[in-house]
Amino acid sequence: MAILEVQNLRKSFGSTLVLDDISFTMEKGAVLSLIGSSGSGKTTLLRCLNFLEQPDSGIIRVNGETLLDAAAATASDFHRNLRLKRLHFGLVFQSFNLFPQYTALENVMLAEKLLAREQPDWKERKAARLQEIQAHAESLLADMGLKDRMNNYPHQLSGGQCQRVAIARALALNPDILCFDEPTSALDPELTGEVLRVIRSLASLHTTMIIVTHEMSFARDVADHIIFLDSGKICEEGTPEEVFGNPQQERTRQFLSNYAQQ
Amino acid sequence: MSFGEQLPIVFSALNTGFLQTMRLFLITLVGALPLGMLLAIGEMSRFRLLRTIIKTVVWIIRGSPLMIQLLIIFYFPGLVFNTPLWGSGESGRLAAASVAFIINYACYFCEIFRGGIQSIPVGQEEAGLVLGMKPTQIFFRVKLLQVIKAILPPISNEIITLVKDTSLARIIALQEIIWAGQAFMKGSRGISGVIWPLFFTGVYYLAFTGILTLLFGRLEKKLSFFR
Repeated sequence: MAILEVQNLRKSFGSTLVLDDISFTMEKGAVLSLIGSSGSGKTTLLRCLNFLEQPDSGIIRVNGETLLDAAAATASDFHRNLRLKRLHFGLVFQSFNLFPQYTALENVMLAEKLLAREQPDWKERKAARLQEIQAHAESLLADMGLKDRMNNYPHQLSGGQCQRVAIARALALNPDILCFDEPTSALDPELTGEVLRVIRSLASLHTTMIIVTHEMSFARDVADHIIFLDSGKICEEGTPEEVFGNPQQERTRQFLSNYAQQ
Repeated sequence: MSFGEQLPIVFSALNTGFLQTMRLFLITLVGALPLGMLLAIGEMSRFRLLRTIIKTVVWIIRGSPLMIQLLIIFYFPGLVFNTPLWGSGESGRLAAASVAFIINYACYFCEIFRGGIQSIPVGQEEAGLVLGMKPTQIFFRVKLLQVIKAILPPISNEIITLVKDTSLARIIALQEIIWAGQAFMKGSRGISGVIWPLFFTGVYYLAFTGILTLLFGRLEKKLSFFR
């Protein structure tokens, strides 16, 4: 069964149609890369999946569970259990959005701690749970190569380190699908490499990921499936070999050749 | 009366006046900070009418002198409705002054709070949302400390201004420290025609604002561990 099914997703801002009838599916452990020029709707698609935007119509299913059926959804339906629905997805932002007043470790622990507090047995098991949560956060940060940076505040970290903390933070809640919104666009080339390495290692561990990126060689390398968005529509999709090696659409060829020239 | 004999008399009067200054200062803070917060929340509400009303009130209060507001609030009930709401004694004057100051300062605080809250990048809220946090958790766990850090300089500015603005209550004869110092110019407790007590009132203000400056400097330093 597909881990994610998106059907006929539509979203407009005012009179501008940003997502036009987007449908795709994803298997567990797969890596999907969304490519396309700025304004093609990639980011809006990720934001819809993370319920930061409310689609006008369409269906989003995760593991067969319908999280959103916009046709049936009133505004109150959309907001019901929004928090729980969001937990299926993790999102890593272009600009990190770390919480500046918390250390790297506290950033990773915060959400899990707040969720744990809602459990009925929190009071009795508080100390043990906190220890578990901290150990979990520490191991995530160690996986990100930040073992000796855990107690630093975001402003004491480089952009690449910040983004790795943000990835650890998104992983802390074990999302079914981890989304990246241009994770390296705010980084200089040197720092881009360390973040891409981390994402690659996540791919090798079969983390289900959707990656919006302008790094074409990275997308080609890490993704199992590529979707090329143009003006809110899926213009072309396929394996990296198909889309990069033998694009069928004129628009795709044009887009890729612009990249090749750079 | 020699200067040495005058000193204790003057200081006892100034201390009494300063106590009244402090009362007005503290009552204003305790009233205006929460009221300003409420106004700020109202100003960011979804209801347009509420926003418009608050914006208009803030404009009127910030756009006119506090002294007029003091005079109107103190005299209006008695002169127009013939019901002197505030009574004639010192406690009535303090009550009227407190109301005027609280309304006036709440409007300034409201704008500072609103600006502070709106200065937090929307990404902070979104990061909290995708981590499954509730809006209240996002406000208290993520935004609040950032807001406090952002508004600390303008708030400390406003509070230091408030210390000195309390002297405006002199216009409705509140017996605060300027009133106490001025009394010795006209004549009080056997001392008259001297201006030096007025200089000492300035020293009280300087000492108090000095303490506040140190306090706020320390707070700012405490919050400098993050950016």
